[in-house]
Amino acid sequence: MKTLSKHAKEKIDLLCERFPEDRQRSAIIGALHIVQHENTGYLTAELMNEVAEYLSIPTMQVYEVATFYSMFNTLPVGRHNVAICTNISCMLRGADEIVDHVEKKLGVKMGESTADGKIYLKKEEECLAACCGAPMMMVDHHYHENLTMDKIDKILGDLD
Amino acid sequence: MKSIPENLVCFNTFEADESWTYETYRKHGGYDAWDRILKGELSPEQVIEEVKASGLRGRGGAGFPTGLKWSFMPRLQPVQKYLVCNSDESEPGTCHDREVLRKNPHALIEGMAIAAYAMGATIAYNYIRGEFMEEPVPRFELAVKEAYEHKLLGKNIQSSNIDLELHTFVGAGAYICGEETALLESLEGKQGKPRFKPPFPANFGLYGKPTTINNTQSLASVPSIIRNGAKWFKDIGVENSGGTAQFSVSGHIERPGNYELPMGTSFKDLLELCGGVLGGAKLKAVIPGGSSVPVMPAETILGCTMDYDSLQKAGSSFGTGAVIVMDETTCMVKVLRRIARFYMAESCGQCTPCREGTGWLYRMLTRIIEGQGELEDLTKLVEIANKIEGHTICALGDAAAWPVQSFLKHFHHEFEYMVNNKGRSIVSVNDEVTV
Repeated sequence: MKTLSKHAKEKIDLLCERFPEDRQRSAIIGALHIVQHENTGYLTAELMNEVAEYLSIPTMQVYEVATFYSMFNTLPVGRHNVAICTNISCMLRGADEIVDHVEKKLGVKMGESTADGKIYLKKEEECLAACCGAPMMMVDHHYHENLTMDKIDKILGDLD
Repeated sequence: MKSIPENLVCFNTFEADESWTYETYRKHGGYDAWDRILKGELSPEQVIEEVKASGLRGRGGAGFPTGLKWSFMPRLQPVQKYLVCNSDESEPGTCHDREVLRKNPHALIEGMAIAAYAMGATIAYNYIRGEFMEEPVPRFELAVKEAYEHKLLGKNIQSSNIDLELHTFVGAGAYICGEETALLESLEGKQGKPRFKPPFPANFGLYGKPTTINNTQSLASVPSIIRNGAKWFKDIGVENSGGTAQFSVSGHIERPGNYELPMGTSFKDLLELCGGVLGGAKLKAVIPGGSSVPVMPAETILGCTMDYDSLQKAGSSFGTGAVIVMDETTCMVKVLRRIARFYMAESCGQCTPCREGTGWLYRMLTRIIEGQGELEDLTKLVEIANKIEGHTICALGDAAAWPVQSFLKHFHHEFEYMVNNKGRSIVSVNDEVTV
């Protein structure tokens, strides 16, 4: 069973300082970001339970948050998160072709991870607010704009 | 084309190499207004009156007058009050708050400070969408740190008896959290499900305390209003639309980008400034204010100016100022299906008309694209949209309905063609059934 690291606990403590006393529930989202990051991109029931215990709140409140927000993964996924925006501005600039290209290249469909556990191709991604740099994708929180197939190949090739 | 002044308000530091630093901001008159307030030169009432007189309206999409919103706060009630900035930018097509956060975060901090002071709030949160965590969030937080170091935030700031603690809150991916009461729920650590109103946040907001939520651009515009005066700001724009707006121009356009221009700039001038339609193609349609607002055929928008009144009169809305340009090769059925998918994915699920209706819309449009559509589906689509509109707790339902109504109104022939031709698009150059 994984346990919350000392580092994660310290970061969660800092987060809690931003909220009034007894409002530590407000720290759930931030805490889940922290533990998901430490756990290579996804949450486990154990981790969610420990966050709940550490914040002294019911586990259900943590599950509710973890399953509502699109950035949290509650099933194992590849360690690199590749999210291709397919919303209108990106679609008008060729996002669908990019998805086809990446799916073929990685041999997985959107919502799946590669067999070696390296890359998670996020299920269809909504607008990431970089519409003037369309088409774009986000890889491990980093925005890549004005994509071309060559650029994408390089970005994906550089992932370790 | 007449020359249009650019970058007068929130983008006024952008010419500098490091436009986001404290020093740059100061050089552009930054924190002058806050300094005056800290010296006791302006009362909260004066600030509110000035913002009212400036004609500033909420840039998050609803366009509600900012000063009026501030005046709803029970300023003198001896309870904790909150200011919340909505940087949960996620309306498709919209990407200018990201620019402010990355390139001029101090304007937002000063705007938040002034707003909090005017409303008697001593704690402020900036709710930033989770996907911004790598660049905009650290940039903003660094600026907050600088502001604390220069004693512009904190307790009893420069012995003024003014307190303000400013914190960042990072979301985790949910369009609905841009709705102000959903945002408050999210800040409280819950699922982002909009609250039923009334009570309004000014009476029952964050943790049940009086709270005002303003958009990033609205707040970042405030320092320049206080610094230069309400009249200066108002006169930049046109009647009922004071100041500047940030246009995120995307889609089939030669030079996509964020342009800060006077309200009331003509669409033709904006198009020309952006280099025209991509590759010199013919313009087909424009969504002028983010995916939620009604689409406009080229001939309509070409006669419009970009401000609240003009776009409303022409049957659409200013929205967020996100201008999505579509050329003649665009298949409107496919665009509408993509928009419908978005609202289906982002519906929080609380209200049945929205939760179920958005899925019906998406699936019916998919059926049409797959060649299984029937002509009566087109009437049904509009009927469903009409039954979602106005029947939900928040405006997401309306936002899901308007595109359907407007696409079918203006481009009915494209839908009809596709139904009659088993999924073939009117714009397709070959006989392939494209999905």
